[in-house]
Amino acid sequence: MADDLEMNVGQQFDRLPATDADRTVEGRASREAVLEYFGDRFGIPPETFEEHTFWEKGAGKIWIYSGESPSPAEIEALGMTCLRTRQDHWKPTTDFVQRFGRHATRCVVDLSDAEATRFADGEDQSLEWDGDWGYLIAAHDVDGDREPIGVGLYLHDELRSMIPKGRRRSL
Amino acid sequence: MEPLERYRPIVDDFEAFQAACGRPLGIAVRVNTIKASVERAIATLEHDDIEYEQAAWNPRVLRLETDSPGSTWASFHGFVHTQEEVSAVPPVVLDPDPGETVFDACAAPGGKATQLAALMDDRGTVVANDSNLGRLSALRFNAERLGATSLAVTHQDARNFSFAPLAVDQFDHALVDAPCSCEGTIRKNPTTLEEWSEDHVHSVAGIQKGILRRAVQATQPGGTVVYSTCTFAPEENEAVVQHVLDAEDCRVVDVDLDPDLEYAPGVTEWNDETYDPSLERAIRIYPHHNDTGGFFVAKLEVGA
Repeated sequence: MADDLEMNVGQQFDRLPATDADRTVEGRASREAVLEYFGDRFGIPPETFEEHTFWEKGAGKIWIYSGESPSPAEIEALGMTCLRTRQDHWKPTTDFVQRFGRHATRCVVDLSDAEATRFADGEDQSLEWDGDWGYLIAAHDVDGDREPIGVGLYLHDELRSMIPKGRRRSL
Repeated sequence: MEPLERYRPIVDDFEAFQAACGRPLGIAVRVNTIKASVERAIATLEHDDIEYEQAAWNPRVLRLETDSPGSTWASFHGFVHTQEEVSAVPPVVLDPDPGETVFDACAAPGGKATQLAALMDDRGTVVANDSNLGRLSALRFNAERLGATSLAVTHQDARNFSFAPLAVDQFDHALVDAPCSCEGTIRKNPTTLEEWSEDHVHSVAGIQKGILRRAVQATQPGGTVVYSTCTFAPEENEAVVQHVLDAEDCRVVDVDLDPDLEYAPGVTEWNDETYDPSLERAIRIYPHHNDTGGFFVAKLEVGA
């Protein structure tokens, strides 16, 4: 069991260390790094997550939870998945973006009704974007307010829909 | 529909009851206030030209004029969740507060667990437990789509639920929406009663008693346990509560619901058995009352 401190165990939830300096598992993201990512990339203020804790289960799969739990916790799910961290580019989940993306001020691409419908159906589409390439929040207007739809990947004048197959809908 | 004949002695206006059971059920959704206000959910439905009617007893429950409630922006955004109208009753009766710890013993596919989370402003913990792994994956899918961050999902047999993996050692409240013979869902699934037998009713009642006892034991003194089923059989309803009244320290208390929801009191006599008079405080919702499915709900307070 001592090894648990040094490696990632796929079947249990481990709470993220506060900072990279507190890290005992190689490669594991820290809470500070996660908040920095959401802040730097999307402009989501760190205060948004004051009442939440972050957890890793499986390599790089980060979960966000609002309650109390011992760490490690061997249960099926703790809150909701929010971020993939063990890739070159971190990638937020569609469900996280739908829940917290309304706090974003950067890297949000506003879609027309027709573009939004294609995006929800999983279609890639050509469109102009003069911001950073990479993972973006796709949003549209709902009753006068911006509403996040999901995660898009913008590369070479194309917005790819990252909506998971099971979440796609023909609207 | 033949098995329903046994309820003639306890159902008021039995002909209306039978007629309602033969009619198909309309589509209802619950507004998921974790993601949207009722106003925003309604505006989104209106934008898609979907006709709706708010349930008189609960403004968060909408009856929709559509055959495909899942193919709407309101559903895609997780503003609404399709569930039977009366399924929204037990969490309203439980009435949890933000920050509390609630046990949902038979939680999959998650409609009531996420409703509990919404009633708690998604703060605190809903331990969403189920013994069936396949149904747990449906629960997780729904929980993520609805944006619930306060669920801790466990996979156990609720009859001997263990606190071992959790940071809590007692719950503030528990919901036991027990597996049952599902007679009340006949309007949604007309074949429900084809497999019906009295033996099945008795065997499922044994499981229900075990789950409800464990839920009462796991709840702190003064806490609330809500027991519900979607069936009419007193063997699975009043008799199960009676068993737990005899075996554990708890009592039946009044349910508090909007007067626009019509229901009958729990029964205190069935065949050769009598139940504690307090079981009149339980409620029986029949399909002809509010043009919904059928439901039984009892609210228990754990002995202080």
